[in-house]
Amino acid sequence: MYIPHTKKDKEEMLKTIGAPSFEDLVKQVPSKFLWPKFNLPAESLDEAQSAARMAGLAARNCRPLSFLGAGAYERYTPAAVKAITSRTEFLTAYTPYQPEASQGTLQAIYEFQSTVSALYAMDCANASMYDGASSFAEAVRAAVRVTGRKKIVYAAGVNPQYMDTLKTYFAHSPEYSYVKVPMKDGAMDKAALPALLEGAACLAVQTPNFLGLIEDMAGVSDLAKKAGALLVAAADPVSLGILAAPGEYGADFAVGEGQSLGLPLSYGGPYLGLFSCKKEHVRQMPGRICGLTKDKDGRRGFVLTLQAREQHIRRDKAASNICSNEALCALAATVYSALYGPEGLKELAESNAGAAAFAAERLSAIKGCSLKFKGPFFNEFVLTVPGSAAALREKALARGVDVGLPLAPLYPELGETLLVCATETKTEADILKLEAAIKEAL
Amino acid sequence: MICSVTDNKLSIEKSDPGRRGLWCKNPLRAKAKLPAALKRKAPLRLPELSEFDVVRHYTRLSKLNFSVDTHFYPLGSCTMKYNPRFNEEAAALEGFAALHPLAHDTCAQGTLELIHDLSARLCELCGLDAITLQPAAGAHSEFTGLLLAKAYFEAKGENRTEIVCPDSAHGTNPATASMMGFTTVNLASKPDGRLDVEELKKHIGPKTAVLMLTMPNTLGIFESNIEAIAKAVHDAGALFYMDGANLNALIGMVKPGDFGVDMMHLNFHKTFSTPHGGGGPGAGAIVCGKHLAPFLPVPTVKKQGDRYVSDFGDSRSIGKVKAFFGNTGVLVRAYAYMLAHSAAEFGDIARCAILNANYVRSLLMDLYPSYSKEYCMHECVLTPGPDMTAKGLKTLDVAKGLLDRGFHAPTIYFPTIVHEAIMVEPTETETKETLDEFVAAMRNIHDEGVADPQKLKDAPHTMPVKRLDEVQAARQPNLRW
Repeated sequence: MYIPHTKKDKEEMLKTIGAPSFEDLVKQVPSKFLWPKFNLPAESLDEAQSAARMAGLAARNCRPLSFLGAGAYERYTPAAVKAITSRTEFLTAYTPYQPEASQGTLQAIYEFQSTVSALYAMDCANASMYDGASSFAEAVRAAVRVTGRKKIVYAAGVNPQYMDTLKTYFAHSPEYSYVKVPMKDGAMDKAALPALLEGAACLAVQTPNFLGLIEDMAGVSDLAKKAGALLVAAADPVSLGILAAPGEYGADFAVGEGQSLGLPLSYGGPYLGLFSCKKEHVRQMPGRICGLTKDKDGRRGFVLTLQAREQHIRRDKAASNICSNEALCALAATVYSALYGPEGLKELAESNAGAAAFAAERLSAIKGCSLKFKGPFFNEFVLTVPGSAAALREKALARGVDVGLPLAPLYPELGETLLVCATETKTEADILKLEAAIKEAL
Repeated sequence: MICSVTDNKLSIEKSDPGRRGLWCKNPLRAKAKLPAALKRKAPLRLPELSEFDVVRHYTRLSKLNFSVDTHFYPLGSCTMKYNPRFNEEAAALEGFAALHPLAHDTCAQGTLELIHDLSARLCELCGLDAITLQPAAGAHSEFTGLLLAKAYFEAKGENRTEIVCPDSAHGTNPATASMMGFTTVNLASKPDGRLDVEELKKHIGPKTAVLMLTMPNTLGIFESNIEAIAKAVHDAGALFYMDGANLNALIGMVKPGDFGVDMMHLNFHKTFSTPHGGGGPGAGAIVCGKHLAPFLPVPTVKKQGDRYVSDFGDSRSIGKVKAFFGNTGVLVRAYAYMLAHSAAEFGDIARCAILNANYVRSLLMDLYPSYSKEYCMHECVLTPGPDMTAKGLKTLDVAKGLLDRGFHAPTIYFPTIVHEAIMVEPTETETKETLDEFVAAMRNIHDEGVADPQKLKDAPHTMPVKRLDEVQAARQPNLRW
């Protein structure tokens, strides 16, 4: 209970209001509905009891040495990031509706937009979306609005959850068609593009793709442009410390899952949707956007801007219905990027690539195991295993190692395979433990 | 209170090439071998700063903010109540924070149990049968709710294309409807601020999919003809959606399911005390009746014996509205809040939220007339009085005057149906003393404003910046360094 009112407070307040009793204040609610019986615990817990309950639940989640990735990545969260995001001036503020009293939040959003634009080498970015999947869906929606076309061409390597979310965003309407670019060696078959792109709103690609492979984007945007389609690219932001950025290969919209920038895994959220685009599409961006301006005395300041796209102004004509976004996660990602800087992000990206390369080298040498694809990968790869991948995972889990995600439910055509991920949090010793766990479980 | 702002540089302007905050020294880095053709060539223009530079920069920025912890923040419809520290500590427990969303169910029993128990308690509080916790925010919940409606009517073989909502609705209601391809039918509110049941009956019919209604509505008024409204909706074969943004007024006092609500959404960052974070992350839920349950997003959590499992439903599910489960970290905080309240204590939340709003209203309505002549629920909508408007003073001036007096402004110019609206939601966690200070500040703004209007029109005078040029910001957008 966090209510400060004493009995005397309540009495005095009712007297001031001029109401004989509280019940007089709620006469507008039909009395038959008031004060029903709730089947809830009769007693609340005190804080110490709650702490014990929460600790008990947390302890029931086991913590194997995990090589799961598939769209959410184990990262170290620096102490300074936690220190800044727990500043309650950030934590307990809301959307900066009063800019003069919210310059801290606003400047942080501006720096976030700048960080995302820099990472993706794009012209501009918004103040965040819910997660990578919703950013992806909103980018495709924007491409549909810009082109007036309803055919969506997507690479087979796009995260299946992103595609599920996109289809949900279009409410499974039969008006939209989804055309998959077939896979060749785990990546997009570029030779198939010219025929498929005809009449398309966009080509949606993810790189590194869901299977970990880096798509070769050379010439792709030209093919899209020729067909009058836009290029929507999803990319892991940490990978951009070393890999070509969407702006370099001509993306119109570039999105990503910002969880990679030091946010805890937290069973799927809160995460951080990154959304950026070319200048000409700025008014198609959904959600909040912060802009730099001047105050009456000519001093630099920040405000929410281009609000004529938004739900609270445009109502049924808005670009999106989004209101609250993931501001605190955006702050965390901004601080994380500033702490590591361009060199640190490069080190992080290379360490991911190095850890995954080492894991691939060790695991593919196990008898019966092999790499499913030959192409270059970033921090995860597909490993073919002998026998059931799901059974292998369960056996290894009993030994305290989560060896990765069995892919058969998502990609039956790949056979018995695991998607194995190693980020910068993994050491050589960890990877040798993974190797031993797989050997024992086979 | 306000720190010096001689330093208003961006982080990038403090950058010094070669300076570093953190390193990644994993020796496996040497094993990286990526083809040069795939590598980044564009420079990565991020700041180069020491850790201390970064900490000082953002600590200084934090001090430019008003927040719930530092200032009374009566932002109407946003429920800016106290965010308990314990909730933060609970969510940060490694067992919760480090859990991968694709972890095997056997590794996630604690979180699944939490979700299961939270779900059951929320259904009970709402008087409804089933729930999804997947939506990331309120608007995202509305979207989920309308998807459920669409799937429900498709399963019945009915093609319903219209969403009805009153003109006092949050902008997200019509925005969500149009995002889903529905047509919005706007209903004019009656002079007392309520939905006009006769108007509703005229506009509802075989094309109507859903009535979206905020309760209490955005004027802080309860729809006392709720039974007639629900009956009209159901007689037309449509669904009744309650926008739960204002649930703080009703929690523990009524069960919305008893009104005939088919589904409703919850905002955990409002009613259930999770922090607003400067604009998120929030978390949402759709709570619904049995008839809508088969269409809920997947996965949901089921109990099998003494184990908790993710349930992927059947082909009737609308699918996913978000990758993975939902904003679980926010749900952990909401659950911690849940543990701290019995049903009676939830009722006290509603009681004191309503008491606080009426207290402020009663002490201000002589100078700031109240839109409604009745008692309000958890928030009241006021307007500047005639002696202020006669001097050309507007709601915006009152808002800026409040900042100078150390209070965050209420929600202003919303609901749009009230000219010059000032929407005050004190919440239950504020003391009488704080409300007295707020009332004194509002009265002082009135008195000083009438005496020296220009001074108030130039407010704020004490903030890090004065009024900002929003026109320039929109005409020549400068959105990044």
